[in-house]
Amino acid sequence: MTAAASPSAAAPAGPTENAVELVGVTYGYDSHRPVLRGIDMTIPRGRVVAIMGGSGCGKTTILRLIGGQLHPQAGRVLVGGQSVPDLDREALYAMRRRIGMLFQFGALFTDLTVFENIAFTLREHTNLPDELIRDLVLMKLNAVGLRGTAQLRPAELSGGMARRVALARAIALDPMLVLYDEPFAGLDPISLGVVGKLIRELNDALGITSVVVTHDVYESLKIVDYLYFVSEGRIIAQGTPQEVHASPDPFVRQFVDGASDGPVPFHYPAPPYAEELAVHAR
Amino acid sequence: MPAEAVFNGLRRVGAGAINAVSRLGFAARFFAVVLIHSPAALRRTRLTLREIYFAGVLSLVIIMVSGLFVGMVLGLQGYDTLNKYGAGDSLGIFVGLSLVRELGPVVAGLLFASRAGSAITAEIGLMKTTEQLAAMEMMAVDPLARIVAPRFWGGVISMPLLAALFSVMGVFGAYLVGVRLIGLDNGAFWGNMRAAIDFWPDVTNGIVKSVVFGIAVSLIAVFEGYDAMPTAEGVSSATTRTVVEASLAILALDFILTVFMFRGMGG
Amino acid sequence: MNRTAIDLWVGIFVTIGLAAIVFLALKVGNLTSLNSAPSYRLEARFDNIGGLKMRAPVKAAGVVVGRVDNVRLDPKTYEAVVALKIDNGYQFTKDSIASILTSGLLGEVYVGIEAGGDAVMLADGATIAKTQSAVVLEKLIGQFMFDKAGSGGGK
Repeated sequence: MTAAASPSAAAPAGPTENAVELVGVTYGYDSHRPVLRGIDMTIPRGRVVAIMGGSGCGKTTILRLIGGQLHPQAGRVLVGGQSVPDLDREALYAMRRRIGMLFQFGALFTDLTVFENIAFTLREHTNLPDELIRDLVLMKLNAVGLRGTAQLRPAELSGGMARRVALARAIALDPMLVLYDEPFAGLDPISLGVVGKLIRELNDALGITSVVVTHDVYESLKIVDYLYFVSEGRIIAQGTPQEVHASPDPFVRQFVDGASDGPVPFHYPAPPYAEELAVHAR
Repeated sequence: MPAEAVFNGLRRVGAGAINAVSRLGFAARFFAVVLIHSPAALRRTRLTLREIYFAGVLSLVIIMVSGLFVGMVLGLQGYDTLNKYGAGDSLGIFVGLSLVRELGPVVAGLLFASRAGSAITAEIGLMKTTEQLAAMEMMAVDPLARIVAPRFWGGVISMPLLAALFSVMGVFGAYLVGVRLIGLDNGAFWGNMRAAIDFWPDVTNGIVKSVVFGIAVSLIAVFEGYDAMPTAEGVSSATTRTVVEASLAILALDFILTVFMFRGMGG
Repeated sequence: MNRTAIDLWVGIFVTIGLAAIVFLALKVGNLTSLNSAPSYRLEARFDNIGGLKMRAPVKAAGVVVGRVDNVRLDPKTYEAVVALKIDNGYQFTKDSIASILTSGLLGEVYVGIEAGGDAVMLADGATIAKTQSAVVLEKLIGQFMFDKAGSGGGK
């Protein structure tokens, strides 16, 4: 099961422009060890797409490339048809105003209240009067079910609540694209369900596109329209949730079944065990 | 074998020197960028006021208490020596000049570096570690303008005020010791001091020094915070570096400024 | 920390900081002295100014009436030409004497002006005619020893 079904096939007829496109993207923090090699991805408008893979496989790097924090060494990154690395600072900032990002663990501003956190982008980028800002903030908080926490500080929130506040902050300016970096990491089962539900509902209600980077297979399969599997810098599998469930690909199977050993090895490369023990015993 | 050890040692020193120079270049560019963003930051008076509060107001207690103690010690030690030459009445001059020209800016600067400088570095470093700076960038708000520049200016504005307060408390401390405790003549104390200390060059040079120190300490503090490794150890070592580098910078700049300013004093 | 509290504290801080600077300038330093008072210029020529420095005080009867503004050497007569800035409130007669004096044994060098009895006053830019140069210690000792030797030898 590889690119048998493309993500567009899963989408109904609508505007054909893709929200995000990666074409042959190669990137390495250190030029000798590329983290991503030749990644091709298309993310159509209005879809929720998951990027999955083991830790350190480059998933977060993909988000940073989309957001323009990193420039690919080869290939193209297109958001809304525009090539991100070629944008100048003004245009990049204009583009970022239309993107919302949910960071791992929230990254809320600890010196501001929940209300001020969400009002932050509204205050920085618009000249709206205070009453209007207040209403907008309360609306966003209501959408994530946390209107009552408006005057609390991030330190007073539980992990799940902080994540939801960060989500409300990410959608404050009604973006066209929302990027989620490990939204399910470290949450209790109830919060997992809530966050997953919110990602799906907000995507459909606001007509946005969502890219979710995660390794939580169970939650992702419940809410996404399409998945990409990344390992060692390449896309080794992709498909809709149904295709993934039924896939015979050993990597996908190891991932979905949560097996400890398979295409992704259990052991970190090391000399043979017997040899090491013998050497030590001398 | 020793030759190899020496060779390795030299290589590390060389690498360390190259690293230090390239960091210095990076810091210079950083300084330029902070200055470029400063007008926008200063127009947001609310932000800068908040930083003046955290850097200046919260340092008041330590600065003023230290100033008082330093002044009292200067009074005691100074009187002890001056009295041997029958120059006890010159205590005011001695204390006043020491504080206004040197001790005020330098000691206040060192205290400021340890208290406010380390706090600024830790705060910015922590924001970097918890991805708050990255989040701000993704929200199309430049963290240099919103977080770094106000803290820089908060420090620069606070420093001269703190140095002046340190000197005033020092003089007061010496007054308590000299006039109240030891019994020197009140009029002689203040009169001799006033005659010997000129506004120009003594007081103004002290102010210039404290402004220069303020710039150095604030710049080092925000730079180390912004450049810190985003881990717990990274923030901790960045904080230490701020205090060490800022202290050394103050002492070195003090020497350079003193040479320039008081070169012509001899006649 | 709400906004008004921060504003208040910052206001207090800046106020006492500036007050400290003013205090240092006025009470610790001597800013109120004659730097900005309106003044006029006089000149005086000396054979030797000794340790006279720029901005040294000019005193009459022990009261500071001005400052030394400039010191230069006349290349033709090899005399020291000292420019004095005198407060407008003080006028001196044309036959005043300007001397280079030392306050105390090790004190600072200053210019002392003794007024004479002339009816005419010195105008702005005038030159004080009578001057007395600084006492140079080495010359004094040399003079003393010379006299001693002379009187001793004459016995």
